[in-house]
Amino acid sequence: MKYPLTLKVNGETYRLEVKPHRSLLEVLRDELDLTGTNDGCRTGNCGACTVLVDGAPIPSCLMLALDAEGHEITTIEALSAGGELHPLQRAFVQRGAIQCGYCTPGMILSAYALLQENPRPTEAEVRRALVGNLCRCTGYVKIIEAVLAAAEEMASADVGSR
Amino acid sequence: MSTFSIIGKRIPKPDAIPKATGQIIYGHDVKVPRMLYGKILRSPLPHARILHIDTSRAERLSGVKAVITAKDLPPRRFGYGRDRTPLKGDKVRRCGDEVAAVAAIDEDIAEEALELIRVEYDPLPAVFDPQAALRPDAPLIHEDRESNLFRHQEYVHGEPDRALEEADVVVEDEFDLGYVQPAPLETSFCLAAFDASGKLTVWSTTQIPFLLQKDLSEALGIPGRDIRVIQTAIGGSFGRGLDMYSFEPICVWLARKAGRPVRLAFTRQEEFAVSEARQSMRIWARAGAMRDGRLWVREAKVLLDNGAYVSWGTVTTLVLMETIGSLYRVPHARVVYDSVYTNNPITGAVRGFGNPQGTFVVEVQMDRLAEAIGMDPLEFRLRNANRPFEETPQGIKITTCGLTECLEEAARRIGWSEKRAAPSRRGAIARGVGIAATMNVGGGARIYRSDGCGCIVKVDDFGRVTVLTGATEIGQGSDVVVVQIVAEELGIRPEEITIVNDDTAVTPWDVGVHASRTTFIAGNAALRAARQVKAQILETAEELLGASAAELELRDGYVRIREAPEQRIPFDKVVRARHFRQGGQVIIGHGWYDPHNEMLGPDGKGNISATYGFGAQAVEVEVDVETGKVRPLRVVSAHDVGRAINPMYVEGQIEGGTVMGLGYALSEHLQVHEGRVLNLTPFDYRMPTIMDAPPIETVIIETDDPEGPFGAKGVGEMGTNPTAAAVANAIYNAIGVRINSLPITPEKVLRALKERGS
Ligand code: FES
Ligand code: FES
Repeated sequence: MKYPLTLKVNGETYRLEVKPHRSLLEVLRDELDLTGTNDGCRTGNCGACTVLVDGAPIPSCLMLALDAEGHEITTIEALSAGGELHPLQRAFVQRGAIQCGYCTPGMILSAYALLQENPRPTEAEVRRALVGNLCRCTGYVKIIEAVLAAAEEMASADVGSR
Repeated sequence: MSTFSIIGKRIPKPDAIPKATGQIIYGHDVKVPRMLYGKILRSPLPHARILHIDTSRAERLSGVKAVITAKDLPPRRFGYGRDRTPLKGDKVRRCGDEVAAVAAIDEDIAEEALELIRVEYDPLPAVFDPQAALRPDAPLIHEDRESNLFRHQEYVHGEPDRALEEADVVVEDEFDLGYVQPAPLETSFCLAAFDASGKLTVWSTTQIPFLLQKDLSEALGIPGRDIRVIQTAIGGSFGRGLDMYSFEPICVWLARKAGRPVRLAFTRQEEFAVSEARQSMRIWARAGAMRDGRLWVREAKVLLDNGAYVSWGTVTTLVLMETIGSLYRVPHARVVYDSVYTNNPITGAVRGFGNPQGTFVVEVQMDRLAEAIGMDPLEFRLRNANRPFEETPQGIKITTCGLTECLEEAARRIGWSEKRAAPSRRGAIARGVGIAATMNVGGGARIYRSDGCGCIVKVDDFGRVTVLTGATEIGQGSDVVVVQIVAEELGIRPEEITIVNDDTAVTPWDVGVHASRTTFIAGNAALRAARQVKAQILETAEELLGASAAELELRDGYVRIREAPEQRIPFDKVVRARHFRQGGQVIIGHGWYDPHNEMLGPDGKGNISATYGFGAQAVEVEVDVETGKVRPLRVVSAHDVGRAINPMYVEGQIEGGTVMGLGYALSEHLQVHEGRVLNLTPFDYRMPTIMDAPPIETVIIETDDPEGPFGAKGVGEMGTNPTAAAVANAIYNAIGVRINSLPITPEKVLRALKERGS
């Protein structure tokens, strides 16, 4: 049995029919082909599936797709929508914060949400914000560096534009 | 001083942008038309005879397109020990053994079908303790063998028995090193499809695409030439993909039976429950030294639990042997090991491959010896450090060796002398520092008949260079290293190079990504191919510029006269000039590199690698004596990498490796009870989070290896090897207790403190 679902993802509206037990993760990946959202555990443990729901980072594997109706979903694909990398993406690329890359979309979205709330986080705040995102490759060192560098860049660009 | 334009630069990997934007395609992302979903039914019992399997209800379920059991498969065995079939017909030997498999139009139906399969088992007595498995009355796990002993080997150099008597001090310890898993973030994946002519394509997370062709062929009887392996982007691996495991031939056979492509991906729980772990080992070891500070002898007896089947991972003992026999100058050594079958989870390759275990033994005992003779542990290590260009009694021919510099730098930067002199204690919190070194193969490791890698470099009419390399990319950065080497040699920008590294039908052979070998081996192959291209370019440029090749150089996208750089022609123009003329030629270079290393002899001796990497890690820890919790505060990791082709990813290997080593030291543990894995999620397994990762300072020491591409040696595993030992030594420095069992959990710390009576 499938149920109708209206899903708003990255500013677009999709009308779908989904089984009630489908997670948001599965629907994003399988129905919408938004494969930038990765599947690492399906138990809320790894953060590879992180998306923004009304701006807040959540593991999409733990949310039923039907419960996402009425919310704004943002996936990694939206961040470089204009064809230009977001400063966070650029910092991750340039500072070697990406190895296998499986954690990267989730990391970047968690960091994005942090910087929206707190544009100049301390290292400790970055760590707290990313605690739900596992990375097996990098040892996290360059991820922290990248987030702090992007924050710096965004903050100074902000000052400049005022 | 450096004259390089590309080597040594922090250039991002070519796939970094697609990974940052979500465009990259991992295995899990691949869909092909008519694709089915495969699932495996696994044994709930550790050892049992299979009496009967009834698949009829599953077959009748609508949406199910294939159900297979051992009866459907050719009766062929595979694996390093040739000890298993993909599906088990007569008996199961571990929890999770593969009994049947289904392919269906979606995952839900596939799972439902598994529930409809009835298997009748007759439970057999099982054995979970490797010591008990060696007793004559132990249940025999493989009935065609005489016992559960897979291999016994002894290695000796010098006269260890005499040396143990001669030594002024001797220490003796027992070590108990638990299971950990590679646990990459992407789970195991396979997608298999046959075309109309019966040719097979497999999309895979493997680390050994060319050996996978062979392994699939052996397991299924499909000719190797009809098998093509495509590697999708791989979400980490760390050794997991070094063997073919049952799920891969099962996936292929489901596709054959269903006549449709089949995808098989592990759930995370499956990954923890059944994919291979680092060997748990029990090691009894002695080491002796002279009062004047000479390390004199080492002896280790190792009991290695293979689990129910043997994979390449069992060869970890060779690495362990090398660490015990050759890390530091040790005139006398003996290693005896038994590798044993049990009904425990299977073990395999995990980053470090026996070296973390061996290094733990060596480096804990180095500290103990230093204490016994009243010498500073750093001084004792420096005194006995391996030196450049010497051969160890084991036949390991060390070339470049920066071990002394690594030890000195790591110690200096952690503040060794001050901190060591006065380990601090404030309230319940004690602080201490520890150090440990590592030696790792850095120029390949000949465990297979070929240790080679091939490379083709071609240039199109517009000057775009395409590099086809056998090197497998699992996130470590082999792609950017190969690109930088070719770019440097041809004097072009890395952006002008396209790398193709993912398809056995296209790329030349490589033995696989393991043994920290790729920079060295694939780098040398790429360099050779690029040199051929360069020679062709220079040959044509000679005519165009009216100068001899010796006077020319390739730089910044031009061929130019070294002494008169204004006389130059663009690279792409030379390419076209060579191509579009009577008798013209298109530019193609090829390179093959197989190092001059050797397989170890039956006595365990030989020069297994063309060069060796060295490193030292110093760790400062904080121990809470009330809770037993150990917190690493800072790590300094100094490594002789020959030359850092790309320092950013060298640091990445060290940093990531170190945190994996910290997991091994302090938290990660696959808990196995009667053959069953109990902790099936990253939380329960205690994979390190960003909160557990301390600041890590990487120090790169360049020794310019004569055989390495631009002087480079391997680095991939070195960060992981010494960490647990450095942590254990730091804990001892902080609170004066030794814990020889990994991971060093709060419970163990508290127990040890209690036993000591503090
Ligand atoms: S897949 Fe959702 S947290 Fe791991
Ligand atoms: S880069 Fe591989 S998991 Fe983070």
